[in-house]
Order: sequence, then structure tokens, then C-alpha cells
Amino acid sequence: MLPYLTMNPFGFPVLSTTIFMPLFGVLFILFMSNEKAIKVAAMITALLTLAVSAFLFVNFDPTTTIFQFGERISWVSSFNINYMLGIDGISIMLILLTTIISPIAVLSSWKAIQTRVKEFMISILIMETAMIGVFCSLDFILFYFFWEAMLIPMYLLIAIWGGPNKDYASLKFFIYTLFGSVFLLVAIIAIYLVNGTFSIPEAMFKDYTFQFQFWVFLAFGIAFAIKVPMFPFHTWLPAAHTEAPTVGSVFLASILLKMGTYGFMRFCLPIVPQASFYFAPLMIVLSIIGIIYGGFVCLSQTDMKKLVAYSSVAHMGFVILGIFTFSIYGFVGALFQMLNHGITTGGLFLLVGMVYERTHSRQIYDNAGLGKIMPIYMFFFGLFAVSSFAFPGTNSFVGELYVLIGAFAVNKTAGFFAVVGAVVAAAYMLKLLKQVAWGREDKRDIKDMNLREIIYMVPLAIFVLWVGLFPRPFVNVMEYTLVNLATQLDKVSH
Amino acid sequence: MVIESALPLLSMGIVFVSAILIMASRKSPNIREFWSIGGAILTFLTVMAMVPIIWEGGVIKYTLSTIAPGISLNFRVDALSLIFGIVSSFLWIFASIYNIGYMRTLKEHAQTRYYTCFAAAILGAQGVSYAGGLFTLYLFYEVISLFTYPLVAHHQDADGYAGAKKYVIYLVGTSKGFLLPAVILTYVMTGTLDFADNIHTGIFPAGSDSIWVTVTYILFVAGFAKAAIMPLHNWLPSAMVAPTPVSALLHAVAVVKAGVFSISRVMLSTFGTNILNDLGIGIVTAYVVSFTILTASIIALTKDDLKARLAYSTVSQLSYIILGIALLDNTGVLGGIIHIVNHGFSKITLFFCAGAIFVAHNKRKISDMAGIGHVMPFTMGAFAIASLSMIGVPPVAGFTTKWYLLNGALEISSIPIVAVLMVSSLLNAGYFVPITIRAFFQGKKSDWSTSGIKEAPLTMVAPLVITALISVLLGFYPDFFVTLISNLF
Repeated sequence: MLPYLTMNPFGFPVLSTTIFMPLFGVLFILFMSNEKAIKVAAMITALLTLAVSAFLFVNFDPTTTIFQFGERISWVSSFNINYMLGIDGISIMLILLTTIISPIAVLSSWKAIQTRVKEFMISILIMETAMIGVFCSLDFILFYFFWEAMLIPMYLLIAIWGGPNKDYASLKFFIYTLFGSVFLLVAIIAIYLVNGTFSIPEAMFKDYTFQFQFWVFLAFGIAFAIKVPMFPFHTWLPAAHTEAPTVGSVFLASILLKMGTYGFMRFCLPIVPQASFYFAPLMIVLSIIGIIYGGFVCLSQTDMKKLVAYSSVAHMGFVILGIFTFSIYGFVGALFQMLNHGITTGGLFLLVGMVYERTHSRQIYDNAGLGKIMPIYMFFFGLFAVSSFAFPGTNSFVGELYVLIGAFAVNKTAGFFAVVGAVVAAAYMLKLLKQVAWGREDKRDIKDMNLREIIYMVPLAIFVLWVGLFPRPFVNVMEYTLVNLATQLDKVSH
Repeated sequence: MVIESALPLLSMGIVFVSAILIMASRKSPNIREFWSIGGAILTFLTVMAMVPIIWEGGVIKYTLSTIAPGISLNFRVDALSLIFGIVSSFLWIFASIYNIGYMRTLKEHAQTRYYTCFAAAILGAQGVSYAGGLFTLYLFYEVISLFTYPLVAHHQDADGYAGAKKYVIYLVGTSKGFLLPAVILTYVMTGTLDFADNIHTGIFPAGSDSIWVTVTYILFVAGFAKAAIMPLHNWLPSAMVAPTPVSALLHAVAVVKAGVFSISRVMLSTFGTNILNDLGIGIVTAYVVSFTILTASIIALTKDDLKARLAYSTVSQLSYIILGIALLDNTGVLGGIIHIVNHGFSKITLFFCAGAIFVAHNKRKISDMAGIGHVMPFTMGAFAIASLSMIGVPPVAGFTTKWYLLNGALEISSIPIVAVLMVSSLLNAGYFVPITIRAFFQGKKSDWSTSGIKEAPLTMVAPLVITALISVLLGFYPDFFVTLISNLF
């Protein structure tokens, strides 16, 4: 029995099932040749995974801080590497986000992807397995394994189904993230050498020397900062987004970016807390630069997709800001912003993709004046655009409110600077919204959203308003874990 | 006496459903306008259903959901809420009728969008009135900004876009840039965003850092730019590019009153009169808004465009409301709050008249209106009555306001404020009386018409005559609202 892990109470390994369900689907798809059947099979697989994760969510006990649904099998015993899984209030939310986004991703590429459908669907499903795996792993090596496994399908998504400049973008993405991964590996090995185990929970809140913490934080920090991406490591992101197919952008924005912030929360804070305190001012300054810089760059964009991509830099700045306030409000806000950004920005990328399929352009001018032509589209676009700049009543407002409360409580100057970013966000989003709704008068032959598109946007839209107006059920799930994290950090700081 | 009731939610629900129905019946204008008027009447009745409870000194509360400890999506109806709720829902009835005449005569485009956004703006105004805390207030305050944007930009020409751009920059810029940090600072200092039940104590605990309390207060006042306190007033004249019914209901009543209402609410229920007194910011506020009262009136004198003159008159009159609250004694507060009603009825009449003149004779400039009273006797008669109210002549509504404000100023022995009120009455007379004189006593009837009276359609004239008559009624019988407001003290 491990003190930090409650074993899985069910007759089947529920976490492993969630992780490998998509891979299981791939086994079937490998032997299929009919494109339609492949799509249907991928869809069914993604929905089954969603069902298992929903089962997970329903049975999740939000009143404990111990990792749940634990599984532990010895893997490489000579190095004390275990196949160890378990989830807490942080990971459950991100797993759910992943399993909700995946079927939407499959559905959204139904028509958009015409070449190599089989390989495409396989890539999506492998991605899903790797992403869920990252959030479930409690062993560093296992974590690293899934972390790297995400890279390849993502690279393929950009390099094969990407836009005209896909070679440059995919290579940049690959090199950037691989560069970060090297530092991650160094940090992991350093921790192993001190602890003699790759168990993540066992590495938390130990009395490491400050010097050790300093270097480990730096190594982790670079790896995660690239992934987030934080200013000044963000340059790969707009390139990758503009060239990636819609699904690639959705995965990238909704889930892959969360890996970085998840890393900060899961590793940096509990494992090297003193170094986290030490670096907090720097992190806060960088996050605020990201928020404001990202906003101003958005103001000058003429490419819709680039605009949404740069807005991600600003949004993720809010997440980092929340994390490094070390307060419960900041943590809840940060986790909320991760989910919100996943839903809202994911939604915006889907909407940009939709209009791209019709006009074959991402330029704002080419997609302007859709108010009369595509009223249903305009409704969704309006909702997600106002959610993106944290309009009250939408999900992002709740997250931003929590983050700002945390920020103002810790440092009012940081709070005021973040507010500047929030104002700029309103400016660029309202500007975009006005252009898309009314920017042109001429009539063009563009069809409004079809039923399939409405079906996959509706769940996201419901989430936007649900979290915006009734966030408590979500807070309840994550609260214990985050309060525990804040309390533990508080102890260390004294 | 606290009563748990979903009535405020019901009234907002009715507005929401009306907006949906309006959108759904885009194909048949008659049904669409039916929903608009029907929704307005039903909303008003629901609001009136809350009157007995408040009349008895009760407060209605309802919590819909909790956002964080001390932050919730909640509703709280007291006399202040109800005053604004009644005014916005009651005048929506008249505006809906007036809209028909205006929009159809001018064959305006995108009427469904127009009516839907109109209803959504009223939804926001209702939400602001019944907000039980700053979270809810902020939410509905922003709803108003968002849905009035398409109304200001309605004509979708260069002027419309320019006006709307200014509108959104001023309103959303201030609410994100100033109001949001003010709300968060309040929460950080007090641990709650709910409003206090007592207008004297507020929610700030004893010993709060007075500098940060003051900063928060300033951010609040600057953040509610809908109140059009100088120098954050400039969006209002620009918003006059909107169709006149929008200027009438929204930019004389719902939107701008949401601003002054919010400031009043925050002054009374978040800060409380005690702390404002102790810090001495009440009287400073009074001086700041006095500057707005006088300056806006002087600018109004120079405007020849009728709507522009009315807009600056609004800027000036809105500050009366805040002036009354800022006096921080019961008489002054009463005078400020009752002006929400008095100004609402009178100013909507004036804008209705401006729209009627435009529809019937295509005139905007006051200098072109010599003799118009001969052909539009009802409209210009209503205009004369409403302008008397603005000046504060008994027995029209505005007199009640001036009476209480003067008494309030004398009670705190503030001679400068008394002087401001006197000078501003003269200025009001200076820019309103000439319009009436010109309409009735200058020009010739033959310049206007050969066939006698030429008024705007009945759907426009009837509402403006009724609102003018109500202005008189309010002056004769202010007791209903006075008694209601007294429940606050």
C-alpha cells in the first residue's frame, strides 16, 4: 500500500482502459480500407473513450487529496521504474477535456480531410492515447514516454495535412519541443539520482537543497515554458498553428499547450517549491509580458488563425500568472483557464476551420461580413469571441476573475498590468467580431453551418455558458487537490 | 424582512423569452412587434408584483449560483432596484409602440436585429437593477454594452461605425480597465461582492486601508462610464447616430441610468455613507459632478442639432442623480434617486419629440424649427411640458428633484452646491425655453403646411403625449416614489 495512491476499486483497470481505448480502436482501423468506415470507427472509438472517462468522472472522489484509481505494475525493476497511474483533481479535468475534444476533432475533419484518411484518424487516436497517458502517469519515465509519444503524431498532422509552409512549421515545432524535452529528461534523471525512484508523488515536498532545486526548476522551466508557450519561447506556436490542419490546431491549443502548465503545477511547485518561489517574480513578469505582448500582436493581425494563435499566448499568460501567485484563487483560476482556453480557443479554431473550408482563406477580409450570410455561424462565433476576451457570464470570465483575485491579493501592480492585457483582449476580439459580422456588404455564395458542424459546436457552447454561470460543480472537483497544494506550499514557505 | 422570491428572475426571463420570440418571428413584422409590446407589458406587470413587498419595507433576495465564496450570481431587490426596474420596464412599453411608427415610416433595415437587441438591452437594465452583488451587476452591465453596440451602429454607415467604435471603446474600455480591478480590489479587501443591506455601513470592514478604499472608489466611478461623468461623457453625444428610439429609451433611460444606478448602488451598498463621509469623498464627488452639470449645460447651449442638445442635457441631468447621492444625507439621496424616475419620463418625451419631428418633417436642427408648433401642436406641447420638467418648474416632475436636492444641500450647509443648482436651472432654461418659443411664436404656419396639422404617426405621438402627462402627474403626486424610496433609510 502506498500512502499517496488509492488503488483502483473496479474489476478492470479503468485508467489503462481510458488511455488505451483509442489505441485499441487503431488496431481495428489498421485493417479497414473503406474511408467512411474508418471515420465511423474512429468516431466510435473516441466516443467510447469519452464514455469511460465520464465513468471516471462520476466515480471520482473529490473529497480526498490522494491519487485515485491507482494502478502499479513493476516495469523495469532494476531502475525502479513502474507502470504507475493515478489521478487527482487536476488531472481528471484535463483528461475530461481531452476526451471531449477528441470526438469533436474527428467529427470536424469529416469533410476537411480528403487525403490519407486512414493515417489521419490513426494519428488522432494515437495522440489521444498519449495525451491521456501524460495526465495519468505517476512515474517519470512513463510520463516522459507519453510526453514524447505526442510529438510524433502531432508532427505528422502538421507535416502531412498542413498548409503550404508546413515543412518549415512542422520542423520548427519538432525541434523546439524536442529541445525542451531534453531538459525535461535531465531534470528527471537528476531527481532520480537523489531519490532512487522515478515515482512522481515520492519526489514531492522533499527537502532538496536550494541549489538542486534551482537547477531542476530551470530545466523543468525551459521544457514547460516552451510547451506553454511562454514569452519569449512562443515563436513556434503561430507558425505551427497557421500551417496545421484545423484538428491539429485544436489539439495543439486545447490540450498540448496545457501540458506545459500542467507540468508547472504537477512538477515545479511540489517538487522544487523553494526554487518556484525564487523564480516566481520572473515567471510573473514573463507571463504579464506574454499577456500584453500577445494582445498587441493580435491587434495587428489580418489572418484569423494567427490572431487566435497569438491570443493563446496571452491566455496562457493568465494561467502562468495564476499558478505563480501560489494562492488557492490563483490555482483554481489557472486550472479553469486551462479548461476554458481548451474549450474556447479550440472552438475558435474550429470556427476558423469551418469558414476556411468555404472560402479557402484565413484572411479576415475574405471572411468578413458573414452576419447576413451565415447567421448560425455568427451566433457561435460571437459566443466564442466574447468568451475569449472573458465576457462576464462566459467560462473565461470566471477563470480570469479567479486569477486576478489571486494576482491582486499577492501583488497589485501585477494585477493592474494583467488588466491592461484584458482590455487589449477585448479590443482585438471585438474588432475581429465586428469585421466578421459586418466587414463587407457584398453578397457571396457561402453556406451556413450544417448539422454536423452544429452538433460538434453545441457541447462546447454549452460548456462556455455552464462554467460561466454555474462553475461550482467544477470547482468542487478540483478544490481539494488545489487547496492541498496551496497549504503544502504555504508550509514550505515558512 | 427578507423574502426569497424568483420574481426578479421571472421578469428577466420574460424579457429573455421576448427577445427569442422576436428573433423567431422575423418573417412577420406584426407578430414580432406584438412580442415586443407584449413582453414589455408582461415584464412591467411582473415588476409591479414586487412593489407590495418593497412597500412594506421588505427586500427580495434570490441566489442562482455561487461562483466563489462571497461571489454569487444573486439578485436583491430593494427600493432603489425597484425604481430603476419600474422605469425601464414601463418605458419599454412606450418605446415599443413608438418604435413601430419610427422604424416603419423610415423603412429602416435589419429591424429584427434591432428589436432583439433592444430587448436584450432591457434585459441588461433589469439585471443591473436587481443585482445582488457586484458580480451580477458587472455581468448585466456588460450585457447592456454588448447588445447596444449593434443599435448604435444600426445604420452601418461611416458615421454609425465611428459612433459605435467610440461607444465601445469608452464603455468596454472603462469597464474592463477600471471597473474590473475595482471589483477585484473590493473582493480582496472585503472577501465578498454582495451588497450590504444597510446604506450606511457598506461592506468594507473597519480599519480598511483608506488609500486603497479611495483608489477603489475612484476606479468604480471611472469604470461606470455609462453615467457619462466628465471627462468620460464623450461617447454619449456620439451614440446619437443611433435611431432616435434608441437614443430615447437607451441613451436617456436604460443605458445611462444603468451607469448612474450602478454608481449609486456602489456608493450606498458597497461603500456605505459612513465610510464615504469619513474619507470625505462624498463632497469631492459632489464637486466633480457639479462641474459636469454646469459644463454639459454650457455645451448644450451651443448645440443646434436637437439630439445633440438633448444628449448634453442628459449628461448634465445624470450628474444630478449622483450629486444627490453624494450629499450623503437622506434628503439628498432621496432627491438623487427620484430623479431617476423624473428624468426618465421627461427625457424620453423629449427624445420621442425629436424623433417625431424627424419622421414628420425630416428636421434635425433647432434653427430649422421655427413655427413647427403650428403643425405639430401635440408633439411640441409635450416637448414644452418635458422641458419645464428639466428646468425644474413646478408642478412638473423635475421640480420634486430640485426641491429635495436643494433641501439636501442646505441640510449639509453647502453653499457651493446650492449655487450650482441655481445656476444650472438657469442654464437649463437657457437651452430649452428658446426651442419652445421658436416652435410656437416664430415662423409661419404657411412655411410648413398647407393642409393644417402634420404630426408623426399615432404610434409615435400617443406615447410621447402619455409620457409627458405622466411627467406632470409625477410632479403633482410624487408620494408613491418618495414613500418607496424612504424604505431605504
